[in-house]
Amino acid sequence: MTAAATTSLRPVIVGAGPAGVRAAVTLAAAGLNPVLVDEAARPGGQIYRQPPAGLTRPPEALYGFEAAKARAIHTALAPYAGQIDHYTETLVWNIEHGALDLMNRDASGQPVSTVLPYDSLILATGATDRILPLPGWTRPGVYTLGGAQIALKAQGCGIGKRVVFAGTGPLLYLIAYQYAKAGATVAAVLDTAPFVNRIHALPGLLACPDTLLKGLYYTAWLSLHDVPLHSGVTLREISGPDGTVAALHWRDAKGRDRETACDGIGLGYGLRSETQLADLAGCRFAFNDLHRVWLPERDDAGRTSVAGVYVAGDGAGIAGADAAEAAGERAALALLQDRGLPVDPTRVTALDRRLARFRRFSSALWTAFPVPAGWAHDLPDSMTLCRCEEITVGTLRQTVRTDTPTELNRLKALSRIGMGRCQGRMCGVAAAEVLAHETGRPVSAIARLRPQPPIKPLPAATLPAPVSGEDTP
Amino acid sequence: MSLLVRYAEQSRPPVHFFLDGQPQTALSGDTLLTAILTCANRLRQTEFTGENRAGFCLMGACQDCWIQVRRGTGPVERLRACSTLLEEGMSLSTSATVPPVMTGAAS
Amino acid sequence: MTHHLRADVVIVGGGIVGGSAALFLRQAGASVILMERDRPGSRASGVNYGGVRRQGRPPEHLPLAQRAHALWANLRSLIGEDGEYVRSGHLKLARSAADMASLEAYAARVENFGLGLQLLDTADLRRLYPMIGDSAIGGSLCPEDGHANPRLVSPAFSRAAAAAGATILDRAPVSDIRITPEGFHVTSAQAEITASAPVLINCAGAWAGELAAGIGDPLPISVIHPLMAVTEPLPPFLTVSIGVEGGGVYGRQVERGNFVFGGGRGFAHPKADARSATTPPDFARPERQAALRLLAQGTGLFPALQGCTIIRSWSGVEAETPDHAPIIGPSRIHPGLFHACGFSGAGFQIGPAVGAVLADLVTTGRSVTPIDAFRPDRFSSPA
Repeated sequence: MTAAATTSLRPVIVGAGPAGVRAAVTLAAAGLNPVLVDEAARPGGQIYRQPPAGLTRPPEALYGFEAAKARAIHTALAPYAGQIDHYTETLVWNIEHGALDLMNRDASGQPVSTVLPYDSLILATGATDRILPLPGWTRPGVYTLGGAQIALKAQGCGIGKRVVFAGTGPLLYLIAYQYAKAGATVAAVLDTAPFVNRIHALPGLLACPDTLLKGLYYTAWLSLHDVPLHSGVTLREISGPDGTVAALHWRDAKGRDRETACDGIGLGYGLRSETQLADLAGCRFAFNDLHRVWLPERDDAGRTSVAGVYVAGDGAGIAGADAAEAAGERAALALLQDRGLPVDPTRVTALDRRLARFRRFSSALWTAFPVPAGWAHDLPDSMTLCRCEEITVGTLRQTVRTDTPTELNRLKALSRIGMGRCQGRMCGVAAAEVLAHETGRPVSAIARLRPQPPIKPLPAATLPAPVSGEDTP
Repeated sequence: MSLLVRYAEQSRPPVHFFLDGQPQTALSGDTLLTAILTCANRLRQTEFTGENRAGFCLMGACQDCWIQVRRGTGPVERLRACSTLLEEGMSLSTSATVPPVMTGAAS
Repeated sequence: MTHHLRADVVIVGGGIVGGSAALFLRQAGASVILMERDRPGSRASGVNYGGVRRQGRPPEHLPLAQRAHALWANLRSLIGEDGEYVRSGHLKLARSAADMASLEAYAARVENFGLGLQLLDTADLRRLYPMIGDSAIGGSLCPEDGHANPRLVSPAFSRAAAAAGATILDRAPVSDIRITPEGFHVTSAQAEITASAPVLINCAGAWAGELAAGIGDPLPISVIHPLMAVTEPLPPFLTVSIGVEGGGVYGRQVERGNFVFGGGRGFAHPKADARSATTPPDFARPERQAALRLLAQGTGLFPALQGCTIIRSWSGVEAETPDHAPIIGPSRIHPGLFHACGFSGAGFQIGPAVGAVLADLVTTGRSVTPIDAFRPDRFSSPA
């Protein structure tokens, strides 16, 4: 490709959360005309997700302390309406040969697929909850922590009247607080991380004192309102008649078996980056010991191993919404620098400094709220591991006995774990932990599931878009 | 029996729909998931064991809320309940049975 | 430090052919070392469509296919599991009068091979297979053809061979082959092993051409990447495995409800660490236009697919020959070397029989099944 051809394409950004929106705005401010592609109807991502039209609570009611930031993200695109093409309700289902495949629906509802070529691409694909299953986790009434929050934020609904939030991570306390404020009974917050971890993490957490203070505020508020908070717990089982949720069984830090009655459970162990598109774009990955997952390799500005492809925000490793905004802007500046366009060096320095602080903070968060050691040790054979294909831990163990798979893709081929609709988004982390445990290998040696297009289910009736101009899908 | 509890935004206009052939009412701006789970305790049954499911992530990642939907006399579509908004008169199924064609008004 | 191993036979390639050859050679009493570059059944043998079909094969291929048919009938006793093998029937559809005439001509040509083909006119088709769209106007049913799960069947052959006493070396890509009067010395630097034997079987799939060229016995092997996709699980709507005269699309519904269908081609995934530019890629990926064409073909043939979703697509790395027929038989250059490769996207059904033929060739010097059509030297220009 010639240099002229290289710069003729519009930069493309995938994901309209804090990272993607900041990236788009930064490019537009520099005079470029980026394309911003997102699955949602309105910008904000999951963290600043906007309710559908007709729901009227103000940002203060939805996002609390973060209302100003949310409002800023929601309104950031408007001044650049003529420059930024925002493709809403559009799924990127594949990346191949320097172009994205987009699926959306035309006016008649017909799903249509369009090829969008790029030479500069910023992937700001965000994250979902990191899930470690426990027996009963597939029952109606059990949701991810993020899902529990979205029900409240985007629909004004809660996942129950008497709710338990379980797992680990700062989100546990934030969502418990939000539910209690909304009028739900929070029956317990059960954190698998021992409290002492938070003390060890304190020096690193001080890198972002505001965020730390907010976390402390939620915890204090919950204590003041007599919400039972337990740390160092082990989650045992979800039970209830006829497949419903009636209780969560757990073991406290002193080893005593406990039971909390509830009709809804929010579950999560921090977040997990959505990396399928970076994989399909050909980015090199490396195992991250702290997050215990494979992440696209990147420099501090977000450049991946593929020239012209950048990653930003939680999709490139979990660091939170504030870091995502900075990373989105930084990746956009890197893109401008790589195109030989001028950028403000003091802004670059400021962002780099900010991002370094966020990295220290997020490292400390993984220290404070680690994946529970030994989680994979005593899982019952009967527990469903892959909820799409309904494959149990016992089947995984049987596969290990017959074939000794040493990496996830072989396990998937033989057992179907990760082969269903979600392509391992919900079970992949857990399957890696169990496979590592069963084969006596480190998780880093277990590899990662190869993503396969379409990365999310694609209507079989999808038609190729009629061929028209080059860059107008 | 319902799974989701409405805590806020309850003064929206009603939207009528059919759930497994029965008329039901939800609120304008509800997703299919919200509409169903505020009046029922499952979204679907799994293909292999038949156990009840009611979604999980609510953000289009877990793919555990795909349900069968029919608009008017149109064909059956499979749609993701957490990220599709309810429309007046939709016929929704929470099982492998296809949603019936409902020609009368849902209200 | 390199370990040295010896056996009667060294097999390179742990696909369904290598696995079954190892199994049958063990049953015949030979000692066997199988070297596989990754894991047994992890490439074309394990990711193909899974058709277990005789219908449509040229008459000269049918004796081998019939031998395979008998082996598939005893799959469980061979490999210890059923591999989801079902004799569902294979229905080949005609979309035009010319295609129907071609199906009729084929049925006449193979009448003496015992396939039991049943020709269906339009009325038969509508009555028996109402789920098939109007674009099909007739068909030919082979009732005892069927399909199986290649992900399960192909690795199981190597596993059964191991249980029968074969040495299976996985993650052992061949880095060097030396030929001496004593035989073949096959080294895997990665596995730190040299395996020596008077007999070498090359069933290295897409990599068979590279192996053959490396020892001065070049084969006309090129690499193809068939494309496949699968829907979410659907209520049962189709019992038979479907093909179409003239090609383009094929499909089957598995017991769990997913509809698996294929057609068109993918592309080579960029290579991580290939020995040379001619080394086939480890993986292949679906190609977008071909994938969308496949969806259109699938939904066109089966209206039931209109409202459903595709949850995955994939491709593989397979060897193809200029005449689309496999290469099976002794090398014309190196005594003791046998080739079994170039299955051109149709090796899964005959795979077990190819293993049996190889065991015949090695232990008795001849094959009871005619394999003349597959001679490795058929591509050489006449002297």
